[in-house]
Amino acid sequence: MTDCFRVLAVDLAAGKSRIELIDERSRVAGGSGLAALLFSRYGYTDVAWNHPSQPFILAVGPLTGYFPLMSKTICAFRSPYHDQYTESHGGGRSALSLFFAGYDALVVTGRAKELSCLSIGSRHILIEDVSFMKGYGTAMTGKLLRRMFSKSSGHRSILRIGPAGEIGSAMACINIDSYRHFGRLGGGAALGAKNLKGIIINGDSSRRLPDGREYRNIYDKVYQRVTSTDMMRKYYHLGTAVNLQGLNDIKALPWRNLQTTSDPEVSKINGDVFADQTLLRNAACSGCPVGCIHLGFFRDKFKEDARYLYHQVPYDYEPIFAAGTMLGVTNCYDVLRILEDFERVGLDAMSAGVALAWATEALERGLISVRETVASLKFGNVSAYQEAAGYLGTGYNEFYRLLGGGTLKAVSVYGGEDFACVLGQEMAGYATGSLYFVAQSLGFRHSHLDTGAYSYEQKHHEKDVEKAVDFLIDDEPGRVLLTSMVACLFARSVYDTETLAQCLSAAGFETLAGSLEETAERIRRLRWQVRIATGFKPDDVEIPKRFYSVATLQGPVDAPYLDRLKAEYGRRIMVLGRPDTPSD
Amino acid sequence: MKFLTTPRIDRCIGCHSCSLACARLIHRQISWSSAGIRIHSAGGLSTGFVALVCLGCDPAPCVAACPTGAFSQRSGGGVVVRKKHCIRCGECVTACPVDAVSQDHHGEVYVCLHCGRCVDFCPHNCLEFDDLDPLTRSLHDD
Repeated sequence: MTDCFRVLAVDLAAGKSRIELIDERSRVAGGSGLAALLFSRYGYTDVAWNHPSQPFILAVGPLTGYFPLMSKTICAFRSPYHDQYTESHGGGRSALSLFFAGYDALVVTGRAKELSCLSIGSRHILIEDVSFMKGYGTAMTGKLLRRMFSKSSGHRSILRIGPAGEIGSAMACINIDSYRHFGRLGGGAALGAKNLKGIIINGDSSRRLPDGREYRNIYDKVYQRVTSTDMMRKYYHLGTAVNLQGLNDIKALPWRNLQTTSDPEVSKINGDVFADQTLLRNAACSGCPVGCIHLGFFRDKFKEDARYLYHQVPYDYEPIFAAGTMLGVTNCYDVLRILEDFERVGLDAMSAGVALAWATEALERGLISVRETVASLKFGNVSAYQEAAGYLGTGYNEFYRLLGGGTLKAVSVYGGEDFACVLGQEMAGYATGSLYFVAQSLGFRHSHLDTGAYSYEQKHHEKDVEKAVDFLIDDEPGRVLLTSMVACLFARSVYDTETLAQCLSAAGFETLAGSLEETAERIRRLRWQVRIATGFKPDDVEIPKRFYSVATLQGPVDAPYLDRLKAEYGRRIMVLGRPDTPSD
Repeated sequence: MKFLTTPRIDRCIGCHSCSLACARLIHRQISWSSAGIRIHSAGGLSTGFVALVCLGCDPAPCVAACPTGAFSQRSGGGVVVRKKHCIRCGECVTACPVDAVSQDHHGEVYVCLHCGRCVDFCPHNCLEFDDLDPLTRSLHDD
């Protein structure tokens, strides 16, 4: 295999593209590493996220297409949420489509003159005016794009945004092939800033089979591990929704804006209930035989007579937390209803749910009124949240436009910082304790998947700052390596370092295979360097009081311990990302 | 004579493992399209998946359309392909009423050879490789 990255760079303003060959494979691998490298080449640290010159990046890895579960794409951009460099990860058909289109990465710069969509493949690049789609929801946009670009049906990926992305909401996601997303930190707005309603990636070519039996042998070994053992059962059986009951049982499931972390009502919306009552079928990202996508359904009676229509909505632990427990909604069908309304306008479900939970408590406390919220937000009021989803996604009024920029933006005007459930961005659903709160607050993507803090905290109860921060620091490179391949992080038990080295070697990347640990460390540092160059400062990230007052798995939060963790983790990150630290 | 059929395609999750296996093991490529079985969504992902695969016609319209004899009738149904005789005209692609024959950018054609190699790679047992007679097989497929 070639060590050169093949990158398609599209300039929307000029309507021109070029192919770049970048000989850095052995240094940054691909995926997360390639994205950071490309941002360091194409991005600007001195202009804002929505400047036309800022790049929008998609990147896959050296094992994409070659091995099972190498099914994710890295989307990188300067985030509208904090105006810093970030990544969002998503699957669907996106990874294999980009790989089979013949590219390791796509870089989009400039801004299209009209609302447009970009279609790429191995033999075409097309920028098409789709002004008529302005304000369209993600489902209708998908239908129209499928009709307009029927080529490569079945072997293409359709990324699109809803109105939230068009108005620049920092909670706007990018919908991938109907059921997956580049969800967090405003990727939808980054695409909207390019005046792009969608990107169609046609995976219309093939790649050369690696020589020799080594590839076939390791492929079969990995495939067998994935499909013939119980290693992945957690993900395809009840899916991540299984965590609802487990986290509730250990007092780590946020309820009603994190006012509590456990509630017997969980029995109405746990993983078993979703599977028994709403699960319609499973689906998979291309190249993944696990099939962890859980598609739920609900139906609506639209006439007095027995006239029904049904809706399919993907569910997972995080969306159920955000549209369910966090909003006090305890009916599984109602959770799906709210999720579909977030989807319609192109909002990230986790961010939107947590923001609306804050708005509900702010309304309850009288900091805001229905003049701001329009909808009568109240924990458990499903129709109010459905209504509010539309307001938030379209920026209905000044309040919703502020809230769409992040809960803390609304806080700066209306108050209520103490109970804003924000850890770098709107929280993920883990109230395991201080270490998790710190890890999400300062983590690279502000994601529960940046490190295994939530897992560490379930096994370690001692309050040892050095040991805990050592864990976070030591845990990151392995994950960065996987997101540079680009593996689904659910496959982290399948792809240990030794297996990754064997896979890379069999696929023809011998140099990379022989230097995984140093490459992982190099990529980790490069990512932080780029992030810090765009403004990241640990001290700017504050952890609201709600996180100090809630009962967690670890019991009452020890405030001095949490503060020491945050200070130490922040210090260590800044050391890692020091500009004078050679990325080699 | 054994045939590949898709009796449980309703279980398909769209992982493309069958197509990838065919391309890898038979056509010596990494591909999800240069394969004898190809997975498409049945009109958008919300409606599930279909497998585009040779139904084992006898007589096969693709054989009749082939001007060089590169496609010849397989005993009992389906086709035998002699690639060296193929001039890449694409007549077989046009002739197939169910879109089971495909052609890549280089003109090379791909059709299921009913070898059954893909079957083991389907995680949900959607595929079957057996020697049922056509009537039983068609009932099986329903």
